[in-house]
Amino acid sequence: MTPARFVSSSAWLPLGWMAVFLLLPVAILLRVSFSEPRFEQPPYTELLVVGETGRWLWEGTLQAWRWLFEDPTYRDALLGSLAMASLTTLVCLLLSLPMAWAIARAPLSWRTPLLLAVILPFWTSFLIRVYAWISLLKPEGLINATLTGIGIIDAPLLILHTNAAVLIGMTYAYLPFMILPLYATFVRIEDDLLQAAADLGATPWQTFMRISLPLAWPGVLAGCLLVFIPAMGDFVVPDLLGGPDNYMLGTALWNEFFRNADWPTASALALTMLLVLLAPLALLQRLQRREEVPT
Amino acid sequence: MSPGTNIGARGPARLGFVTAVSFGYAFLYIPIVLLVLYSFNDSRLVTVWGGFSTRWYGALFENQVLLTAAWRSLQVAVTSASLATLVGLAAGLALVRLTGMRRALLMACFGSLLVMPDVLIGLSMLLLFVNLEQWVGWPAGRGLTTVSLAHLTFASAYVAVVVRARLMQVDHSIEEAARDLGARPGQAFWLVTVPLIRPALISGWLLAFTLSLDDLVVASFVSGPGSSTLPMVIYSSVRLGVTPEVNALATLLIAAVALGVISAALINRFLSRPDSRP
Repeated sequence: MTPARFVSSSAWLPLGWMAVFLLLPVAILLRVSFSEPRFEQPPYTELLVVGETGRWLWEGTLQAWRWLFEDPTYRDALLGSLAMASLTTLVCLLLSLPMAWAIARAPLSWRTPLLLAVILPFWTSFLIRVYAWISLLKPEGLINATLTGIGIIDAPLLILHTNAAVLIGMTYAYLPFMILPLYATFVRIEDDLLQAAADLGATPWQTFMRISLPLAWPGVLAGCLLVFIPAMGDFVVPDLLGGPDNYMLGTALWNEFFRNADWPTASALALTMLLVLLAPLALLQRLQRREEVPT
Repeated sequence: MSPGTNIGARGPARLGFVTAVSFGYAFLYIPIVLLVLYSFNDSRLVTVWGGFSTRWYGALFENQVLLTAAWRSLQVAVTSASLATLVGLAAGLALVRLTGMRRALLMACFGSLLVMPDVLIGLSMLLLFVNLEQWVGWPAGRGLTTVSLAHLTFASAYVAVVVRARLMQVDHSIEEAARDLGARPGQAFWLVTVPLIRPALISGWLLAFTLSLDDLVVASFVSGPGSSTLPMVIYSSVRLGVTPEVNALATLLIAAVALGVISAALINRFLSRPDSRP
Protein backbone atom coordinates (compact mmCIF):
# COMPACT_ATOMS: atom_id res chain seq x y z
CA MET A 1 0.00 0.00 0.00
CA THR A 2 1.32 3.44 -0.92
CA PRO A 3 1.20 6.37 1.52
CA ALA A 4 -1.44 8.02 -0.68
CA ARG A 5 -3.57 4.87 -0.49
CA PHE A 6 -3.17 4.81 3.29
CA VAL A 7 -4.40 8.40 3.63
CA SER A 8 -7.16 7.75 1.17
CA SER A 9 -8.40 4.62 2.93
CA SER A 10 -8.24 6.16 6.41
CA ALA A 11 -10.34 9.05 5.11
CA TRP A 12 -13.31 6.71 4.74
CA LEU A 13 -13.92 6.72 8.49
CA PRO A 14 -14.62 10.48 8.82
CA LEU A 15 -16.30 10.61 5.40
CA GLY A 16 -18.62 7.73 6.19
CA TRP A 17 -19.28 9.11 9.64
CA MET A 18 -20.31 12.49 8.27
CA ALA A 19 -22.50 10.88 5.60
CA VAL A 20 -24.44 8.91 8.23
CA PHE A 21 -24.43 11.37 11.12
CA LEU A 22 -24.65 14.75 9.39
CA LEU A 23 -25.88 14.52 5.81
CA LEU A 24 -28.42 11.73 6.29
CA PRO A 25 -30.04 13.50 9.29
CA VAL A 26 -30.53 16.67 7.23
CA ALA A 27 -32.29 14.58 4.55
CA ILE A 28 -34.50 13.07 7.27
CA LEU A 29 -35.32 16.57 8.59
CA LEU A 30 -36.57 17.47 5.13
CA ARG A 31 -38.64 14.31 4.91
CA VAL A 32 -40.26 14.78 8.34
CA SER A 33 -41.07 18.42 7.59
CA PHE A 34 -43.58 17.18 4.95
CA SER A 35 -45.44 14.98 7.46
CA GLU A 36 -48.20 15.65 9.94
CA PRO A 37 -47.88 14.96 13.66
CA ARG A 38 -49.74 11.90 15.00
CA PHE A 39 -50.09 10.01 18.30
CA GLU A 40 -48.09 6.96 17.35
CA GLN A 41 -44.50 5.89 17.15
CA PRO A 42 -42.86 7.54 15.25
CA PRO A 43 -44.98 10.64 15.90
CA TYR A 44 -45.24 11.74 12.25
CA THR A 45 -47.17 10.38 9.25
CA GLU A 46 -45.71 8.39 6.36
CA LEU A 47 -45.09 10.19 3.10
CA LEU A 48 -45.87 7.23 0.87
CA VAL A 49 -48.64 4.78 1.67
CA VAL A 50 -49.91 1.77 -0.27
CA GLY A 51 -53.42 2.60 -1.43
CA GLU A 52 -56.34 0.16 -1.84
CA THR A 53 -55.42 -0.43 -5.46
CA GLY A 54 -51.94 -1.52 -4.39
CA ARG A 55 -50.33 1.58 -5.76
CA TRP A 56 -48.12 4.03 -3.86
CA LEU A 57 -49.88 7.23 -2.84
CA TRP A 58 -48.18 10.49 -1.92
CA GLU A 59 -49.47 11.55 1.51
CA GLY A 60 -47.01 14.37 2.17
CA THR A 61 -48.26 17.81 3.16
CA LEU A 62 -46.93 21.33 3.26
CA GLN A 63 -48.83 22.05 6.45
CA ALA A 64 -45.79 22.56 8.70
CA TRP A 65 -44.24 24.94 6.19
CA ARG A 66 -47.52 26.81 5.74
CA TRP A 67 -47.73 27.33 9.50
CA LEU A 68 -44.23 28.66 9.54
CA PHE A 69 -45.11 31.31 6.99
CA GLU A 70 -48.57 32.17 8.26
CA ASP A 71 -48.18 32.23 12.03
CA PRO A 72 -46.53 35.54 13.06
CA THR A 73 -44.99 33.83 16.13
CA TYR A 74 -42.40 32.10 13.96
CA ARG A 75 -41.65 35.24 11.98
CA ASP A 76 -41.11 37.08 15.26
CA ALA A 77 -38.85 34.27 16.47
CA LEU A 78 -36.75 34.54 13.30
CA LEU A 79 -36.55 38.34 13.51
CA GLY A 80 -35.87 38.17 17.25
CA SER A 81 -33.01 35.75 16.66
CA LEU A 82 -31.54 37.85 13.85
CA ALA A 83 -31.69 41.02 15.95
CA MET A 84 -30.29 39.43 19.10
CA ALA A 85 -27.51 37.57 17.26
CA SER A 86 -26.46 40.75 15.42
CA LEU A 87 -26.48 42.82 18.58
CA THR A 88 -24.50 40.16 20.45
CA THR A 89 -21.95 40.10 17.63
CA LEU A 90 -21.57 43.88 17.74
CA VAL A 91 -21.16 44.05 21.53
CA CYS A 92 -18.69 41.14 21.47
CA LEU A 93 -16.67 42.91 18.77
CA LEU A 94 -16.52 46.21 20.66
CA LEU A 95 -15.48 44.46 23.85
CA SER A 96 -12.97 42.16 22.14
CA LEU A 97 -11.06 44.74 20.09
CA PRO A 98 -9.17 46.32 23.04
CA MET A 99 -8.75 42.95 24.77
CA ALA A 100 -7.38 41.10 21.75
CA TRP A 101 -5.13 44.06 20.93
CA ALA A 102 -3.77 44.20 24.47
CA ILE A 103 -3.01 40.47 24.50
CA ALA A 104 -1.38 40.56 21.05
CA ARG A 105 0.83 43.52 22.03
CA ALA A 106 1.71 42.20 25.49
CA PRO A 107 5.23 40.88 26.13
CA LEU A 108 5.67 37.33 24.85
CA SER A 109 5.69 35.74 28.31
CA TRP A 110 2.38 37.42 29.20
CA ARG A 111 0.48 36.31 26.13
CA THR A 112 -0.12 32.67 27.01
CA PRO A 113 -1.46 33.38 30.54
CA LEU A 114 -3.62 36.25 29.27
CA LEU A 115 -4.98 34.07 26.49
CA LEU A 116 -5.52 31.14 28.84
CA ALA A 117 -7.48 33.48 31.11
CA VAL A 118 -9.83 34.18 28.20
CA ILE A 119 -10.20 30.51 27.29
CA LEU A 120 -10.64 29.15 30.81
CA PRO A 121 -14.24 30.35 31.30
CA PHE A 122 -15.06 28.85 27.89
CA TRP A 123 -14.05 25.44 29.21
CA THR A 124 -16.43 25.65 32.15
CA SER A 125 -19.99 24.62 31.56
CA PHE A 126 -22.09 26.91 29.36
CA LEU A 127 -25.12 26.15 31.53
CA ILE A 128 -23.27 27.12 34.70
CA ARG A 129 -21.99 30.36 33.20
CA VAL A 130 -25.52 31.34 32.24
CA TYR A 131 -26.78 30.27 35.64
CA ALA A 132 -24.20 32.52 37.32
CA TRP A 133 -25.87 35.52 35.71
CA ILE A 134 -29.32 34.73 37.14
CA SER A 135 -28.29 35.60 40.70
CA LEU A 136 -26.39 38.68 39.48
CA LEU A 137 -29.27 40.13 37.49
CA LYS A 138 -32.17 39.37 39.83
CA PRO A 139 -34.06 42.35 41.36
CA GLU A 140 -32.44 41.49 44.72
CA GLY A 141 -29.20 40.45 43.00
CA LEU A 142 -25.74 41.92 43.34
CA ILE A 143 -25.94 44.46 40.50
CA ASN A 144 -29.14 45.99 41.82
CA ALA A 145 -27.90 45.84 45.42
CA THR A 146 -24.74 47.72 44.45
CA LEU A 147 -26.53 50.33 42.38
CA THR A 148 -29.14 51.06 45.07
CA GLY A 149 -26.43 50.88 47.74
CA ILE A 150 -24.39 53.71 46.23
CA GLY A 151 -27.55 55.65 45.46
CA ILE A 152 -27.52 55.63 41.65
CA ILE A 153 -31.02 54.18 41.50
CA ASP A 154 -33.86 54.19 44.04
CA ALA A 155 -35.65 51.02 43.05
CA PRO A 156 -34.16 47.81 41.64
CA LEU A 157 -34.00 47.64 37.84
CA LEU A 158 -35.80 44.82 36.12
CA ILE A 159 -33.01 43.19 34.15
CA LEU A 160 -33.64 39.46 34.44
CA HIS A 161 -36.16 38.16 31.90
CA THR A 162 -35.64 41.08 29.53
CA ASN A 163 -33.76 41.60 26.26
CA ALA A 164 -30.91 43.19 28.20
CA ALA A 165 -30.36 40.02 30.22
CA VAL A 166 -30.32 37.89 27.07
CA LEU A 167 -27.82 40.27 25.46
CA ILE A 168 -25.54 40.19 28.52
CA GLY A 169 -25.75 36.40 28.76
CA MET A 170 -25.05 35.83 25.07
CA THR A 171 -22.16 38.30 25.02
CA TYR A 172 -20.70 36.55 28.02
CA ALA A 173 -21.12 33.10 26.51
CA TYR A 174 -19.64 33.88 23.09
CA LEU A 175 -16.95 36.48 23.91
CA PRO A 176 -13.97 34.06 23.62
CA PHE A 177 -15.03 33.13 20.06
CA MET A 178 -14.45 36.76 19.09
CA ILE A 179 -11.26 37.39 21.06
CA LEU A 180 -9.35 34.35 19.74
CA PRO A 181 -9.53 35.02 15.95
CA LEU A 182 -8.94 38.74 16.56
CA TYR A 183 -5.86 37.93 18.60
CA ALA A 184 -4.61 35.55 15.90
CA THR A 185 -4.65 38.29 13.26
CA PHE A 186 -3.44 41.10 15.54
CA VAL A 187 -0.44 39.10 16.69
CA ARG A 188 0.79 38.77 13.08
CA ILE A 189 1.00 42.52 12.57
CA GLU A 190 4.64 43.56 12.70
CA ASP A 191 5.75 46.09 15.30
CA ASP A 192 7.85 47.85 12.62
CA LEU A 193 4.72 48.72 10.70
CA LEU A 194 3.18 50.42 13.71
CA GLN A 195 6.46 52.14 14.45
CA ALA A 196 6.61 53.45 10.89
CA ALA A 197 3.10 54.84 11.19
CA ALA A 198 4.03 56.50 14.48
CA ASP A 199 7.22 57.96 12.94
CA LEU A 200 5.15 59.47 10.16
CA GLY A 201 3.09 61.25 12.78
CA ALA A 202 0.03 59.03 13.16
CA THR A 203 -1.60 58.98 16.57
CA PRO A 204 -2.09 55.53 18.16
CA TRP A 205 -5.79 55.78 17.36
CA GLN A 206 -5.08 56.60 13.70
CA THR A 207 -2.58 53.75 13.49
CA PHE A 208 -5.12 51.36 14.90
CA MET A 209 -7.99 52.48 12.67
CA ARG A 210 -6.01 52.84 9.44
CA ILE A 211 -3.32 50.16 9.69
CA SER A 212 -4.13 47.47 12.24
CA LEU A 213 -7.87 47.12 11.77
CA PRO A 214 -7.76 46.87 7.94
CA LEU A 215 -4.99 44.26 8.24
CA ALA A 216 -7.04 42.30 10.76
CA TRP A 217 -10.32 42.24 8.85
CA PRO A 218 -10.25 38.46 8.16
CA GLY A 219 -10.02 37.95 11.92
CA VAL A 220 -12.83 40.43 12.54
CA LEU A 221 -15.05 38.69 10.01
CA ALA A 222 -14.22 35.20 11.33
CA GLY A 223 -14.93 36.32 14.90
CA CYS A 224 -18.26 37.86 13.89
CA LEU A 225 -19.32 34.66 12.13
CA LEU A 226 -18.18 32.45 15.02
CA VAL A 227 -20.40 34.47 17.36
CA PHE A 228 -23.34 35.08 15.01
CA ILE A 229 -23.89 31.50 13.84
CA PRO A 230 -24.27 29.76 17.23
CA ALA A 231 -26.08 32.81 18.68
CA MET A 232 -28.77 32.48 15.99
CA GLY A 233 -29.84 29.11 17.35
CA ASP A 234 -29.10 29.53 21.03
CA PHE A 235 -31.62 28.05 23.40
CA VAL A 236 -30.12 28.09 26.90
CA VAL A 237 -29.62 31.87 27.26
CA PRO A 238 -33.06 33.06 26.05
CA ASP A 239 -34.69 30.27 28.03
CA LEU A 240 -32.99 30.98 31.36
CA LEU A 241 -32.36 34.74 31.20
CA GLY A 242 -35.10 35.87 28.82
CA GLY A 243 -38.77 36.41 29.47
CA PRO A 244 -41.86 35.36 27.53
CA ASP A 245 -41.17 38.15 25.01
CA ASN A 246 -37.75 36.80 24.10
CA TYR A 247 -38.97 34.21 21.65
CA MET A 248 -36.11 33.10 19.43
CA LEU A 249 -35.60 30.35 16.86
CA GLY A 250 -33.90 28.03 19.36
CA THR A 251 -36.68 28.38 21.92
CA ALA A 252 -39.34 28.01 19.22
CA LEU A 253 -37.80 24.76 18.00
CA TRP A 254 -37.42 23.44 21.55
CA ASN A 255 -41.05 24.23 22.41
CA GLU A 256 -42.44 22.65 19.23
CA PHE A 257 -40.54 19.51 20.02
CA PHE A 258 -40.78 19.16 23.80
CA ARG A 259 -44.06 20.96 24.62
CA ASN A 260 -46.18 20.43 21.50
CA ALA A 261 -44.54 17.16 20.37
CA ASP A 262 -44.88 18.54 16.84
CA TRP A 263 -41.92 16.96 15.08
CA PRO A 264 -42.80 18.17 11.55
CA THR A 265 -42.96 21.84 12.60
CA ALA A 266 -39.78 21.43 14.65
CA SER A 267 -38.08 19.95 11.56
CA ALA A 268 -39.28 22.78 9.34
CA LEU A 269 -37.93 25.27 11.90
CA ALA A 270 -34.60 23.44 12.01
CA LEU A 271 -34.34 23.60 8.22
CA THR A 272 -35.22 27.29 8.26
CA MET A 273 -32.41 27.86 10.76
CA LEU A 274 -30.04 25.88 8.54
CA LEU A 275 -31.06 27.88 5.44
CA VAL A 276 -30.51 31.19 7.22
CA LEU A 277 -27.09 30.00 8.42
CA LEU A 278 -26.00 28.57 5.05
CA ALA A 279 -24.56 31.85 3.76
CA PRO A 280 -22.60 32.68 6.96
CA LEU A 281 -21.37 29.06 7.09
CA ALA A 282 -20.13 29.24 3.50
CA LEU A 283 -18.43 32.57 4.18
CA LEU A 284 -16.67 31.08 7.21
CA GLN A 285 -15.45 28.16 5.07
CA ARG A 286 -14.04 30.56 2.49
CA LEU A 287 -12.23 32.53 5.17
CA GLN A 288 -10.70 29.39 6.63
CA ARG A 289 -9.54 28.25 3.20
CA ARG A 290 -7.89 31.64 2.57
CA GLU A 291 -6.09 31.31 5.87
CA GLU A 292 -4.42 28.12 4.68
CA VAL A 293 -2.94 29.42 1.46
CA PRO A 294 0.02 31.38 2.87
CA THR A 295 1.17 28.59 5.22
CA MET B 1 7.45 46.65 28.78
CA SER B 2 3.86 46.37 29.90
CA PRO B 3 0.78 45.40 27.89
CA GLY B 4 -0.18 48.03 25.37
CA THR B 5 3.20 49.78 25.34
CA ASN B 6 3.57 49.33 21.63
CA ILE B 7 0.58 51.39 20.72
CA GLY B 8 2.39 54.22 22.39
CA ALA B 9 -0.77 55.62 23.91
CA ARG B 10 -0.34 58.06 26.75
CA GLY B 11 -2.59 59.94 29.12
CA PRO B 12 -6.35 59.61 28.80
CA ALA B 13 -6.20 57.32 25.75
CA ARG B 14 -4.06 54.84 27.63
CA LEU B 15 -6.29 55.09 30.68
CA GLY B 16 -9.34 54.37 28.57
CA PHE B 17 -7.59 51.39 27.01
CA VAL B 18 -6.57 49.90 30.35
CA THR B 19 -10.11 50.42 31.65
CA ALA B 20 -11.58 48.58 28.67
CA VAL B 21 -9.25 45.61 29.10
CA SER B 22 -9.81 45.40 32.87
CA PHE B 23 -13.55 45.63 32.30
CA GLY B 24 -13.31 42.75 29.83
CA TYR B 25 -11.52 40.46 32.26
CA ALA B 26 -13.77 41.52 35.15
CA PHE B 27 -16.79 40.75 32.97
CA LEU B 28 -15.38 37.28 32.32
CA TYR B 29 -14.56 36.44 35.92
CA ILE B 30 -16.90 38.26 38.34
CA PRO B 31 -19.89 35.94 37.71
CA ILE B 32 -17.73 32.87 38.27
CA VAL B 33 -16.09 34.25 41.41
CA LEU B 34 -19.46 35.15 42.92
CA LEU B 35 -20.87 31.77 42.02
CA VAL B 36 -18.04 30.05 43.89
CA LEU B 37 -18.28 32.47 46.83
CA TYR B 38 -21.98 31.88 47.36
CA SER B 39 -21.53 28.12 47.34
CA PHE B 40 -19.99 28.60 50.81
CA ASN B 41 -22.93 30.67 52.00
CA ASP B 42 -24.80 29.35 55.03
CA SER B 43 -28.05 31.03 53.98
CA ARG B 44 -30.47 29.31 51.63
CA LEU B 45 -31.06 32.69 49.97
CA VAL B 46 -28.34 32.87 47.38
CA THR B 47 -28.17 36.66 47.49
CA VAL B 48 -27.88 37.14 51.26
CA TRP B 49 -24.61 36.29 52.98
CA GLY B 50 -25.30 34.22 56.11
CA GLY B 51 -21.81 33.17 57.12
CA PHE B 52 -19.34 30.54 55.90
CA SER B 53 -20.54 26.97 55.56
CA THR B 54 -19.79 23.86 53.57
CA ARG B 55 -23.15 22.30 54.20
CA TRP B 56 -24.28 22.49 50.55
CA TYR B 57 -21.36 20.30 49.59
CA GLY B 58 -22.53 17.75 52.15
CA ALA B 59 -26.05 17.92 50.77
CA LEU B 60 -24.64 17.33 47.31
CA PHE B 61 -23.13 13.99 48.21
CA GLU B 62 -26.44 12.78 49.62
CA ASN B 63 -28.37 13.66 46.49
CA GLN B 64 -28.73 10.27 44.75
CA VAL B 65 -30.36 11.67 41.58
CA LEU B 66 -27.41 13.98 41.08
CA LEU B 67 -24.78 11.34 41.79
CA THR B 68 -26.35 8.84 39.39
CA ALA B 69 -26.58 11.48 36.68
CA ALA B 70 -22.95 12.49 37.28
CA TRP B 71 -21.83 8.86 36.91
CA ARG B 72 -23.84 8.54 33.67
CA SER B 73 -22.32 11.74 32.28
CA LEU B 74 -18.84 10.54 33.13
CA GLN B 75 -19.38 7.25 31.28
CA VAL B 76 -20.74 9.04 28.23
CA ALA B 77 -17.90 11.57 28.28
CA VAL B 78 -15.13 8.95 28.48
CA THR B 79 -16.68 6.79 25.73
CA SER B 80 -17.47 9.62 23.35
CA ALA B 81 -14.15 11.42 23.91
CA SER B 82 -12.13 8.27 23.21
CA LEU B 83 -13.99 7.43 20.01
CA ALA B 84 -14.08 11.09 18.95
CA THR B 85 -10.29 11.18 19.22
CA LEU B 86 -10.08 8.28 16.77
CA VAL B 87 -12.52 9.82 14.26
CA GLY B 88 -10.94 13.25 14.75
CA LEU B 89 -7.45 11.83 14.15
CA ALA B 90 -8.57 10.24 10.86
CA ALA B 91 -10.34 13.47 9.90
CA GLY B 92 -7.33 15.63 10.79
CA LEU B 93 -5.07 13.39 8.72
CA ALA B 94 -7.44 13.55 5.76
CA LEU B 95 -7.75 17.33 6.03
CA VAL B 96 -3.98 17.79 5.90
CA ARG B 97 -2.99 15.18 3.34
CA LEU B 98 -6.02 14.69 1.14
CA THR B 99 -6.85 16.89 -1.87
CA GLY B 100 -9.84 17.49 -4.08
CA MET B 101 -13.54 16.84 -3.57
CA ARG B 102 -13.31 14.57 -0.55
CA ARG B 103 -11.23 17.09 1.35
CA ALA B 104 -13.63 19.92 0.48
CA LEU B 105 -16.55 17.78 1.65
CA LEU B 106 -14.82 16.95 4.94
CA MET B 107 -13.93 20.61 5.48
CA ALA B 108 -17.53 21.64 4.93
CA CYS B 109 -18.96 18.95 7.22
CA PHE B 110 -16.55 19.31 10.14
CA GLY B 111 -16.42 23.09 9.80
CA SER B 112 -20.20 23.34 9.99
CA LEU B 113 -20.40 20.99 12.97
CA LEU B 114 -18.14 23.34 14.96
CA VAL B 115 -20.56 26.25 14.86
CA MET B 116 -23.92 24.58 14.22
CA PRO B 117 -26.52 25.47 16.89
CA ASP B 118 -27.16 22.70 19.42
CA VAL B 119 -30.89 22.47 18.80
CA LEU B 120 -30.23 21.73 15.15
CA ILE B 121 -27.73 18.96 15.92
CA GLY B 122 -29.99 17.56 18.65
CA LEU B 123 -33.15 17.30 16.56
CA SER B 124 -31.44 15.91 13.48
CA MET B 125 -29.58 13.29 15.56
CA LEU B 126 -32.81 12.21 17.22
CA LEU B 127 -34.56 11.80 13.86
CA LEU B 128 -31.59 9.80 12.64
CA PHE B 129 -31.73 7.43 15.63
CA VAL B 130 -35.50 6.97 15.33
CA ASN B 131 -35.14 6.10 11.65
CA LEU B 132 -32.08 3.89 12.11
CA GLU B 133 -34.03 1.88 14.67
CA GLN B 134 -36.83 1.42 12.14
CA TRP B 135 -34.49 0.43 9.33
CA VAL B 136 -31.82 -1.70 11.00
CA GLY B 137 -33.04 -2.11 14.59
CA TRP B 138 -30.01 -0.31 16.01
CA PRO B 139 -29.59 1.63 18.28
CA ALA B 140 -32.51 0.05 20.15
CA GLY B 141 -34.34 2.82 21.96
CA ARG B 142 -32.72 5.98 23.26
CA GLY B 143 -30.27 6.08 26.13
CA LEU B 144 -26.58 6.36 26.89
CA THR B 145 -25.59 4.81 23.53
CA THR B 146 -27.41 7.44 21.49
CA VAL B 147 -26.11 10.27 23.68
CA SER B 148 -22.55 8.95 23.26
CA LEU B 149 -22.93 8.65 19.48
CA ALA B 150 -24.24 12.21 19.20
CA HIS B 151 -21.49 13.59 21.42
CA LEU B 152 -18.86 11.64 19.54
CA THR B 153 -20.06 13.22 16.29
CA PHE B 154 -19.81 16.87 17.29
CA ALA B 155 -16.75 16.40 19.50
CA SER B 156 -14.79 14.76 16.67
CA ALA B 157 -14.96 18.07 14.78
CA TYR B 158 -13.11 19.81 17.61
CA VAL B 159 -10.53 17.01 17.81
CA ALA B 160 -10.02 17.30 14.04
CA VAL B 161 -9.20 21.02 14.39
CA VAL B 162 -6.62 20.40 17.11
CA VAL B 163 -5.04 17.41 15.32
CA ARG B 164 -4.95 19.22 11.99
CA ALA B 165 -3.18 22.25 13.47
CA ARG B 166 -0.50 20.03 15.01
CA LEU B 167 -0.17 17.77 11.99
CA MET B 168 0.59 20.75 9.76
CA GLN B 169 3.65 21.49 11.91
CA VAL B 170 5.01 17.94 11.71
CA ASP B 171 7.74 17.52 9.14
CA HIS B 172 6.48 15.05 6.57
CA SER B 173 10.01 13.90 5.73
CA ILE B 174 10.30 12.10 9.08
CA GLU B 175 7.58 9.73 7.97
CA GLU B 176 9.31 9.34 4.60
CA ALA B 177 12.52 8.44 6.43
CA ALA B 178 10.63 5.70 8.26
CA ARG B 179 9.32 4.49 4.89
CA ASP B 180 12.86 4.41 3.50
CA LEU B 181 13.84 2.29 6.48
CA GLY B 182 11.18 -0.22 5.50
CA ALA B 183 8.08 0.77 7.44
CA ARG B 184 4.73 0.31 5.77
CA PRO B 185 2.68 3.57 5.45
CA GLY B 186 0.38 2.56 8.33
CA GLN B 187 3.35 1.65 10.52
CA ALA B 188 5.14 4.90 9.71
CA PHE B 189 2.03 6.84 10.67
CA TRP B 190 1.27 5.00 13.92
CA LEU B 191 4.87 4.62 15.09
CA VAL B 192 6.31 7.97 13.98
CA THR B 193 3.65 10.60 13.41
CA VAL B 194 1.12 9.64 16.09
CA PRO B 195 3.68 9.88 18.94
CA LEU B 196 4.73 13.28 17.56
CA ILE B 197 1.20 14.63 17.69
CA ARG B 198 0.42 13.07 21.08
CA PRO B 199 -0.02 16.45 22.83
CA ALA B 200 -2.71 17.35 20.29
CA LEU B 201 -4.43 14.00 20.86
CA ILE B 202 -4.41 14.55 24.63
CA SER B 203 -5.80 18.07 24.40
CA GLY B 204 -8.30 16.90 21.77
CA TRP B 205 -9.49 14.15 24.10
CA LEU B 206 -9.82 16.59 27.00
CA LEU B 207 -11.74 19.04 24.83
CA ALA B 208 -14.11 16.29 23.67
CA PHE B 209 -14.53 15.10 27.27
CA THR B 210 -15.45 18.59 28.53
CA LEU B 211 -17.80 19.24 25.64
CA SER B 212 -19.63 16.01 26.34
CA LEU B 213 -19.82 16.68 30.09
CA ASP B 214 -21.16 20.15 29.36
CA ASP B 215 -23.81 19.37 26.78
CA LEU B 216 -27.44 19.99 27.75
CA VAL B 217 -29.31 20.53 24.50
CA VAL B 218 -28.18 17.63 22.32
CA ALA B 219 -28.48 15.19 25.24
CA SER B 220 -32.01 16.42 25.97
CA PHE B 221 -33.06 15.47 22.44
CA VAL B 222 -31.38 12.08 22.14
CA SER B 223 -31.55 10.64 25.66
CA GLY B 224 -34.35 8.36 26.71
CA PRO B 225 -36.33 7.87 29.92
CA GLY B 226 -34.06 7.22 32.90
CA SER B 227 -30.91 8.35 31.13
CA SER B 228 -30.79 12.01 32.15
CA THR B 229 -27.25 13.35 32.14
CA LEU B 230 -25.83 15.74 34.74
CA PRO B 231 -26.50 18.96 32.76
CA MET B 232 -30.11 17.83 32.27
CA VAL B 233 -30.55 17.38 36.04
CA ILE B 234 -28.87 20.74 36.71
CA TYR B 235 -31.09 22.40 34.12
CA SER B 236 -34.30 21.12 35.65
CA SER B 237 -33.26 22.32 39.12
CA VAL B 238 -32.11 25.70 37.74
CA ARG B 239 -35.53 26.16 36.14
CA LEU B 240 -37.06 25.84 39.59
CA GLY B 241 -34.81 28.60 40.92
CA VAL B 242 -31.33 29.39 42.10
CA THR B 243 -30.18 27.09 44.92
CA PRO B 244 -26.87 27.00 46.83
CA GLU B 245 -26.61 23.27 46.03
CA VAL B 246 -26.27 24.06 42.33
CA ASN B 247 -23.58 26.62 43.25
CA ALA B 248 -21.68 23.93 45.16
CA LEU B 249 -21.92 21.51 42.24
CA ALA B 250 -20.87 24.24 39.81
CA THR B 251 -17.85 25.05 41.99
CA LEU B 252 -16.73 21.41 41.94
CA LEU B 253 -17.11 21.28 38.15
CA ILE B 254 -15.21 24.54 37.70
CA ALA B 255 -12.41 23.27 39.96
CA ALA B 256 -12.20 20.02 37.98
CA VAL B 257 -12.09 21.84 34.66
CA ALA B 258 -9.52 24.40 35.84
CA LEU B 259 -7.34 21.58 37.13
CA GLY B 260 -7.76 19.70 33.85
CA VAL B 261 -6.97 22.68 31.63
CA ILE B 262 -3.93 23.71 33.62
CA SER B 263 -2.51 20.19 33.74
CA ALA B 264 -3.20 19.79 30.01
CA ALA B 265 -1.27 23.00 29.37
CA LEU B 266 1.60 21.72 31.47
CA ILE B 267 1.57 18.28 29.81
CA ASN B 268 1.48 19.98 26.43
CA ARG B 269 4.48 22.13 27.27
CA PHE B 270 6.37 19.17 28.71
CA LEU B 271 5.63 16.84 25.77
CA SER B 272 6.30 19.34 23.02
CA ARG B 273 9.62 20.46 24.48
CA PRO B 274 11.87 17.94 22.62
CA ASP B 275 10.78 19.02 19.13
CA SER B 276 10.85 22.71 19.93
CA ARG B 277 14.63 22.45 19.88
CA PRO B 278 16.09 24.02 16.75
